[in-house]
Amino acid sequence: MVARGVIRFGSRPTIRAAAVAAGPAEKKNSPFSSQFDRLYDSELCGQKTNEQAHRQLIEDACDLALNKAEKTISDADYLVCGDLVNEMTPSNFAAASTGLPYVGLFSACATSTSALAYAALLTEAGAASLVLAGAASQHSAIERQFRYPIEYGFKKPENAQWTVTAAGIAAVTPHEQGYPSISQATVGRVVDYGLTDPLNMGAAMAPAAFDTFRRHLEAAGTEPEDYDVIITGDLGAIGTELFRKMATEAGYSVEEDRWRDAGKEFYGGDPAFFAGASGAGCSAAVYFSDVYNRMMEGEYRRALLMATGALLSPLTFQQGESIPCTCHAVELVMGEGENR
Amino acid sequence: MTASFLIAFVVGGLICVIGQLLFDVAKLSPGHTLCLLVVSGAVLDGFGLYEPLIDFAGAGATIPITSFGNSLTHGALQEAEKHGLVGVITGMFEVTSSGISAAILFGFIASLLFRSKGRP
Amino acid sequence: MDRQAYSQLEQQITPKPPLAVNLVKAFVTGGIICAIGQGIMYFYMYFFDFTERTAGNPTVATMIFIAMLLTGFGKYKRIAQFGGAGSAVPVTGFGNAMISAAIEHRTEGYVLGVGGNMFKLAGSVIVFGVFSAFIVALIKTILVKFGVVGW
Repeated sequence: MVARGVIRFGSRPTIRAAAVAAGPAEKKNSPFSSQFDRLYDSELCGQKTNEQAHRQLIEDACDLALNKAEKTISDADYLVCGDLVNEMTPSNFAAASTGLPYVGLFSACATSTSALAYAALLTEAGAASLVLAGAASQHSAIERQFRYPIEYGFKKPENAQWTVTAAGIAAVTPHEQGYPSISQATVGRVVDYGLTDPLNMGAAMAPAAFDTFRRHLEAAGTEPEDYDVIITGDLGAIGTELFRKMATEAGYSVEEDRWRDAGKEFYGGDPAFFAGASGAGCSAAVYFSDVYNRMMEGEYRRALLMATGALLSPLTFQQGESIPCTCHAVELVMGEGENR
Repeated sequence: MTASFLIAFVVGGLICVIGQLLFDVAKLSPGHTLCLLVVSGAVLDGFGLYEPLIDFAGAGATIPITSFGNSLTHGALQEAEKHGLVGVITGMFEVTSSGISAAILFGFIASLLFRSKGRP
Repeated sequence: MDRQAYSQLEQQITPKPPLAVNLVKAFVTGGIICAIGQGIMYFYMYFFDFTERTAGNPTVATMIFIAMLLTGFGKYKRIAQFGGAGSAVPVTGFGNAMISAAIEHRTEGYVLGVGGNMFKLAGSVIVFGVFSAFIVALIKTILVKFGVVGW
């Protein structure tokens, strides 16, 4: 054991391929859209309900990831994924149609990295030769559950975030040369700084991000400069600034270009999307397109993915509870980084 | 006639400004804000103050949700005047059924005609 | 960074709603909606047999009909993003709350979905309106009975 909650993967499980399916607002407004593998022109993705569309996105991302890995569904051993809709039914239904042994993971918007860590454990344990791992969200399905009906007129503040319609799935295999591999994961603690505004999730999640960040770096014996990119999940504009302030105060030097946030960048800073994107599909979509591609191209040799999640429900919010948050970190290495 | 439009604009606008203050300064949710405004309308009519406002501002006073509270109290009081305490309960919707019935009717029709669109 | 220091920092960084701008937008939006209401009221007074007192009811119904169209075509939420309370406080906002819930829950069927959820947001307005009207009317009726005030 390295440190409490920190897993070092000696076998270096590999992300053999990764794929993203996304919706129309993402197609039109996201600078990452050219890197997404399938884009729908309708929020309903050809289905009858938003929840079915949500499930469709997960199934698509699974298929696409398998295709890119040049594998078929019969090669896969597990599906590890999750979402935010009641009891994760979209993931459950998608799992039913894949027919794979399935573990549903709820880490809210931090599910992309918790699923990666879980998949890496399965491979490291020799229990799997191919695990599909990821997370998804569908704007309308999530909004109506956590907030208001879509057509309800309600002025969102600048610090609100826009739930993305996207699913990202990674195909995790035992170590293979030439692909990004998972060297270390840090399982997040649940951190609650007492914030209560569900329209300011980034601010609620930043302390959790910082907690995991510090624990991960301490366990790895690294400095922020050792990473080509440190990318948080969906802190958005406000949360990112708070996270950086916390890191600066603790003596870390923040580098503007290397410290990224998937949520803040997702819609290119368009104010129509307020402080940026959120949702379980947000970090999954960016990690499994932009970050993965840059690693494959050799631009990033060492990346720290830190997806953040707000673990609230509409019930706890109405009962006046604060917002408990978490952040799971996964470190990816490529090429020379592998022999560190 | 132009003056009546202007008065409706100003009075209605001001009631909305109160609502916005409740949103931004008192940090109330839309639900809490609207409930508070409805209760205010009901109380104002108890003091006989809302009807004069309607006489003055027309739609400026009847369109904001405060008018719903006013109408409820007004109906209850009208019936109470005729039938005593029982009228307080029976008269409530005497004056103001149109808003609710229209909302139910058009809500149902909308559910037949429309789907929600998840675009900004 | 401890909770208290963080909470201070958070309040510093989280943008404050631009109060003056929001108030002006609410004023203009709400004012326009009420002026339209005034126009509809005149319409019912001049073309039908309504008086200034009775024209209120068809006006409200018409306003909610307009709210239905705007909600259904996805425009009401845009108006609300601009106008804030200006579009929430008029009766069109009440209509929007009911209509948007009805549209949203269509997928759960007409009985459990549309019927069961239509009042999800607007219901509390009706509950508090009725209850406060009851209390106010009750107090006033008792006061009148005791001769403290007149009708």
